[in-house]
Amino acid sequence: MSEHKATPVGGSLMTPTTWTLLVIFLIGAALTAWRFTVGLGPSTGLSDGYPWGLWIAFDVVTGTALACGGYAVALLVYIFNKGKYHPLVRPALLTSALGYTVAAIGIIIDVGRPWFIWRIPISVGKWNLDSALLEVALCVMAYVMVLWIELSPAFLEKWQDSGHTGLASFSRGLSKFMDKALIWLIALGMLLPTMHQSSLGSVIMLAGPRLHALWHTPWLPFLYLVSCIAMGYAVVVMESTLSSRAFGRQREDKMLASLSGVTSGILFLFVAVRFVDLFLRGRGPLLFSEGYYSVMFWLETILFLVPAVMLAGSRGRARIGTMFRASVMIALAGSLYRFDSYLVAFNPGPGWSYFPSVPEVVITLGLVAMEIMVFIMLVKSFPILSGTSPMPAHRK
Amino acid sequence: MDRTRRSFLKGLAYAGGTAAVSAVPAVASEKRQAPDDAVGMLYDTTRCIGCKACVVACHEANDLPPDTRGNPLHDAPQSLNDRTKNIIKLYKEEGRRSYMKQQCMHCIDPACVGACMIGALQKREYGIVTWESSRCIGCRYCQVACPYNVPKFEWEEANPRIIKCELCNHRLAEGKEPACCEVCPRDAVIYGKYDDLLAEAKKRLADHPGRYVDKIYGEHDGGGTQVLYLSHVPFEKLGLPELGDEGVPKLNRTIQHGVYKGMIAPAALYVAMGAVMLRNRRKDDKGGES
Repeated sequence: MSEHKATPVGGSLMTPTTWTLLVIFLIGAALTAWRFTVGLGPSTGLSDGYPWGLWIAFDVVTGTALACGGYAVALLVYIFNKGKYHPLVRPALLTSALGYTVAAIGIIIDVGRPWFIWRIPISVGKWNLDSALLEVALCVMAYVMVLWIELSPAFLEKWQDSGHTGLASFSRGLSKFMDKALIWLIALGMLLPTMHQSSLGSVIMLAGPRLHALWHTPWLPFLYLVSCIAMGYAVVVMESTLSSRAFGRQREDKMLASLSGVTSGILFLFVAVRFVDLFLRGRGPLLFSEGYYSVMFWLETILFLVPAVMLAGSRGRARIGTMFRASVMIALAGSLYRFDSYLVAFNPGPGWSYFPSVPEVVITLGLVAMEIMVFIMLVKSFPILSGTSPMPAHRK
Repeated sequence: MDRTRRSFLKGLAYAGGTAAVSAVPAVASEKRQAPDDAVGMLYDTTRCIGCKACVVACHEANDLPPDTRGNPLHDAPQSLNDRTKNIIKLYKEEGRRSYMKQQCMHCIDPACVGACMIGALQKREYGIVTWESSRCIGCRYCQVACPYNVPKFEWEEANPRIIKCELCNHRLAEGKEPACCEVCPRDAVIYGKYDDLLAEAKKRLADHPGRYVDKIYGEHDGGGTQVLYLSHVPFEKLGLPELGDEGVPKLNRTIQHGVYKGMIAPAALYVAMGAVMLRNRRKDDKGGES
């Protein structure tokens, strides 16, 4: 199993790619500073009709779903005891930790008074247990921490061999403790996303009368949960394929193939529940009568079904290209579903419109750039990816 | 692999099914009632002459800066906004016109209160929905949730607040009426105890059959509102949405409390997942030794 041991990729940290990403991030950071001085009105396309826009719909709602790789793979490895997927765990956890961190930063930029956020976790007596958003907030705060702790063995492994004896012995001690405690931490790492990913569906469910009937259903929490798991697997496939190309490591083709089989089933389930629910509640006719909304609904459905079919047979799964394309589509499908339910199908009444402003887009790009940059730097420095042949180290 | 997939999907379906089933009995749970000390307003479109005295009085009473953004010469807000808690709008069509007064409806089961994470928005004294600065992080979920589009956000402030009608509760404390009701020259909007207002609205409907649409908006709509409307044109023309008789946050509350009751289900799931992993690890250890 030695080829499955995670090793740092090595190589120089600052390449033209990481420099470019850094510049994009810095531009976003500067715009963020400006946003805090002028307020949300001048800096965004948001309004009293569309109080939530790109930052919530993409950075938070879609971003955390795409960051469900860690959750989805952990379910397979630890609950269904598929140890063979183990090499996928660390990179998936890293993508998740970064994705959730970006979402948390996105929330801080989006809310009007982030200096009061600290009051949410400590105001236990004031918690509004009716509020799905409270649950999301608490879970996401906790989960960001859990993810980084889950990933910490990757850091500790490296630091154990550090020349600095204090750090090395600290890391060894912590590693021993982590070995024992990890199971209960991993369990938390699966419970929290189960809770808040479904609750992201509940959050927009409260918009009830203002959310289009094709999207509004008591099944929103279930649909959000199911689709985030599929998105998690899709991201793992994409991330594994891309990193094997970028860092010249062995691919986990067989592993990805059976992962894709699971994903296909989840996608069929999602579409089936959606349609059965619509027909049971007599909303079937809306599939054709709602113009633009019907079109968006069908577009989503096609984006969910095509990869489901592509991955249903073992022939499609045998080819890494097919799996990759299907995974891109799944990520798009889940993202569109989230954009539609948070923005497109949200109708605050006549006279309101929303389109993201340039600063909104650039700040989002800056966050994504930071996410990719940190991913590259961490896999080069720490044992996260498996099956790499370490490049000669130029750094330091 | 197949077994894994099947049991995995079964598990998911079961989780969803359980959530849905456990939600069913709670749906029948009691509807929220207006509090005993509830006060409110009754607006009657047949009496309103559109003089907007109430808009000016509201600005003064609530210390709001004039809204000259639409027209630099006049305090002329276009809609409810960060400087306007109360507004009169005109609805006009062939041969028919009506004024419409908009402000917070002070719902009996408010969506904004259901949304608010640590209770910045709450139904406080007299059932009035008020906003408390120290509990608000500016997430704007109240704006997403409110079916009447009432809470407004200070978009141009670096430290923004939520602005909405609080039924002049600072004036009520001094024994006065809400400013809009006090200045109305035609008593188109009146202030009173919720029960009295409802009785008055019913009396007007009975005394003048044919004058009004035969319904009191807010008696049941969206679970009921403490601001009631009588109108001679259909309510949806005035921008009052058809919400049904259920409180808007009821579905969310049902699911949220069904799934998370006493945190039993999450705790059980947590322990179950930990136990499965422990078992898996022991199995692996044994497998490794033999």
